Amino acid sequence: MTFEDHIAEAKAAGDPARLAEKVPFAGFLGLSLGLDGEGLFCKVAGDEKLVGNPTLPALHGGVLGSLLECAAIFLLIWEIETPTIPKTINMSIDYLRSGRPVDTFARGVVTKQGRRVANVRVEAWQEDARSPIAAAHGHFLLA
Amino acid sequence: MTGSFPAFDAKAVEQMSGALPFVRALGAEVVSVTPGVGKMKLAWREDLVGDPRSGLLHGGVITTLLDNASGMAVFSSLREVMQIATLDLRIDYLRPPIPKQDIHAEATCYRMTRTIAFVRGRAYQEPGGDIAASLSTFILGSSGPRDASDRASSP
Repeated sequence: MTFEDHIAEAKAAGDPARLAEKVPFAGFLGLSLGLDGEGLFCKVAGDEKLVGNPTLPALHGGVLGSLLECAAIFLLIWEIETPTIPKTINMSIDYLRSGRPVDTFARGVVTKQGRRVANVRVEAWQEDARSPIAAAHGHFLLA
Repeated sequence: MTGSFPAFDAKAVEQMSGALPFVRALGAEVVSVTPGVGKMKLAWREDLVGDPRSGLLHGGVITTLLDNASGMAVFSSLREVMQIATLDLRIDYLRPPIPKQDIHAEATCYRMTRTIAFVRGRAYQEPGGDIAASLSTFILGSSGPRDASDRASSP
């Protein structure tokens, strides 16, 4: 079964968790996908191996960047029909608060979808979604 | 602390950066730290792949290398030892990396004020050329503890 078939099956079953299973890096990060009343969300499970500042301790900036990029790509895969997996053109990440090594969530919106390019905004948070620890916007190539 | 400029100890920055848990988890290595410049490299690994069809590493891996090399570039420019934190990082993915080949990242702190450091970085392969470019800013004398108290006092 190709990755595209796998995506089609996950969408047909309404089960986004299956998407992350086929991406090795998602497994490495401890990233899972879920659906709630507001749509698709990503979760990275709290883990000491994700720390970039042992003094605080705080999550590595690269972990938050990875989570935000994953959240944006999975959102595009989930919400829109594309012939290929979207490719990241660029991302601009704002680090708002230090993240502790606990469960961290991310969710996004497709700000604009063109024929070839989509613009996506994403936010990451820990206990309180109204108090994001990082935010990003990026452009993704759809075709 | 009133040491001579720069205050950094290259070996200490190398050891500290190489020992960070997430850097170790990725299997990334510090190549060198010199005043204002940080260099890292990472070997391709199956579990870091973002696109199972092509074997391409996930963009987040490259973001991490660039963020870390950028932090090293800032540390090695400091006049005194202090905490730093990334304010923002912009990354452009210039071309897909060649699978199964090492990725190098090199960052330069090209401007520093009393509070902010400005850094540019590039990720590349040899052979192969540049695969990503980054621009980032860091706040100096940060931030974590202040943020922790922000968090503690927030509703």
